[in-house]
Amino acid sequence: MNNSQLLKGSKKERELKELAFLTILYLCVTVAIVTLMTLIYDVISTGYSRLLSDYELGLINKVTIDNPKDFLTSLDSRDPLKAGIGPAFAGTIWLMVIVIASTFPLGAGAAIYLQEFAPRNKLTRFIELNLTNLAGVPSVIYGLMGLAVFVRLAGFGRSVLSGGLTLTLLILPVVIVASREALKAVPDTIRQGALALGSTRFQAIFRQVVPSAIPGMVTGMVLGLSRAIGETAPLIFMGALTYVNYYPDTPLSGFTAIPIQVYNWIGYPQSEWKDTSSAGIILLLGLLLSMNALALIIRNRFEKDW
Amino acid sequence: METKITTKKELDYVFTVRDVSVSYGDFTAVKNVSMDMFKNNITAFIGPSGCGKSTLIRSFNRMNDLIPNAAVNGEINYQGINLYDKEVDPVQVRRRIGMVFQKPNPFPKSIRENITFGLKVNNMTDNLDDRVEKALTQAALWDEVKNDLDKNALDLSGGQQQRLCIARTIAVEPDTILMDEPCSALDPVATKKIEDLMQILVKDFSILIVTHNMQQASRVSNYCAFFTTKATDDGRRTGELVEYSDTKTMFTNPSESLTEEYISGRFG
Ligand SMILES: Nc1ncnc2c1ncn2[C@@H]1O[C@H](COP(=O)(O)OP(=O)(O)OP(=O)(O)O)[C@@H](O)[C@H]1O
Ligand SMILES: [Mg+2]
Repeated sequence: MNNSQLLKGSKKERELKELAFLTILYLCVTVAIVTLMTLIYDVISTGYSRLLSDYELGLINKVTIDNPKDFLTSLDSRDPLKAGIGPAFAGTIWLMVIVIASTFPLGAGAAIYLQEFAPRNKLTRFIELNLTNLAGVPSVIYGLMGLAVFVRLAGFGRSVLSGGLTLTLLILPVVIVASREALKAVPDTIRQGALALGSTRFQAIFRQVVPSAIPGMVTGMVLGLSRAIGETAPLIFMGALTYVNYYPDTPLSGFTAIPIQVYNWIGYPQSEWKDTSSAGIILLLGLLLSMNALALIIRNRFEKDW
Repeated sequence: METKITTKKELDYVFTVRDVSVSYGDFTAVKNVSMDMFKNNITAFIGPSGCGKSTLIRSFNRMNDLIPNAAVNGEINYQGINLYDKEVDPVQVRRRIGMVFQKPNPFPKSIRENITFGLKVNNMTDNLDDRVEKALTQAALWDEVKNDLDKNALDLSGGQQQRLCIARTIAVEPDTILMDEPCSALDPVATKKIEDLMQILVKDFSILIVTHNMQQASRVSNYCAFFTTKATDDGRRTGELVEYSDTKTMFTNPSESLTEEYISGRFG
């Protein structure tokens, strides 16, 4: 072999390849970001005026019952300039509370059982396989299931409780998978270290492994939640109401949610509705982005490098 | 191969091991080990990689129970009790026989909580602060950390982490400490600290240490067991005990030629 050729290679060729590759990457990123920015700009520019109250806009100098003060708190209306998102906003908050309250114990419990306690047999593998499959089921199917199980069978009616539980089913597979990943990331040496000190398996898992995995589990849950509140289809299939002009006051109240409300408004022909729906979208976007930011913060602040 | 040391009485033994074989599924990792280990002494296990030192030491506090297909045959008596008796609770075993691992594995919590965890699960919650201080002092770590006990243990250096792991092990007042290559992740200075520490601890504890480092074995141990692997009929390699004697004899006048070759660095 010719030794002088051993380590040689064209520098120019290498740099060219690198440049081409980087260009493609930048292009991809740019397309994604530009699209997102255009969307956000479009929505904000049409909707921001509706987010401010007439009082703030200086159109009136006193808030009265006839001049609804605030988009975020006033009721829906046939008049696009008066319609507010209050009940839908409240409905979404209700949904979030119910989803958190039911997803946390169910998701964490299932993940802890599957990852830490379940025997490795055919049944467990079957369950695991199905969890992954369930995560890919179209969301309308969950809506139909919610209709059958919660609305009809359990008799909760078309209530915010049924809606919340339907969304819980929808995100549960994702949350379980994410929580298991968080548990899996806790090194075995932690389990061994705890057991070697004379702790029981239960103590080792609940006092060392699970606390170490909590940030990862919460991150998964927040991401699941942000998916849940953006969903429209399963709620509509479940039979959520589209025109609601009261605030839900018990879990069994009828409800609507921000995405349903927006979907509804967009369907109206008058052009003023466009501004109103944009304002609703801004609110939803704000909620989603802050939840994703929260997930990021938790991950960066609390997750450990082992 | 059986090596017996009969100069001391039965009562002075911490472990008496009779015909112990450990297997993973149908693979026997180490077979037919018989030896007696002395209380308040440091016994070192040496031998080439894969000869089953870790496997064997894990069976002394039933950590092998955690490996689904591991099986221990034969008898390991701990102060006269067969560790693998049906009546024996592995949790109690591990409480009496502590273990320090090759890679420091502190819990991702504060230094204090690393010590108190073991105390709490063992209901030793009286005078927690005193116990924390005592354990850290015994592990020669107190002076370095006494001012930030609430610091996360993962922020300590590797050597400090390992001493913390030793501290949390001795905090629960075991009788015996098993150490599987406790210094292999440490630099010479940290290693020296741990070795010095072992010399102090051995007054109160019986210590079993696995080490790859011949000098370490000769420096710290009173007794030494040399293992090696032999090919079995099906071509796999099973570990065996070759020689077990006091360290001085082993390093100056080994009775087996295999031992001599290994110690002098001609193989392994
Ligand atoms: N969990 C396990 N499952 C199956 N086989 C294992 C397992 N752990 C170890 N073995 C096998 O048992 C044999 C002995 O391994 P062991 O880890 O006890 O060796 P060792 O003497 O500690 O080696 P080293 O010095 O490299 O740590 C090896 O052949 C190894 O592949
Ligand atoms: Mg080993």
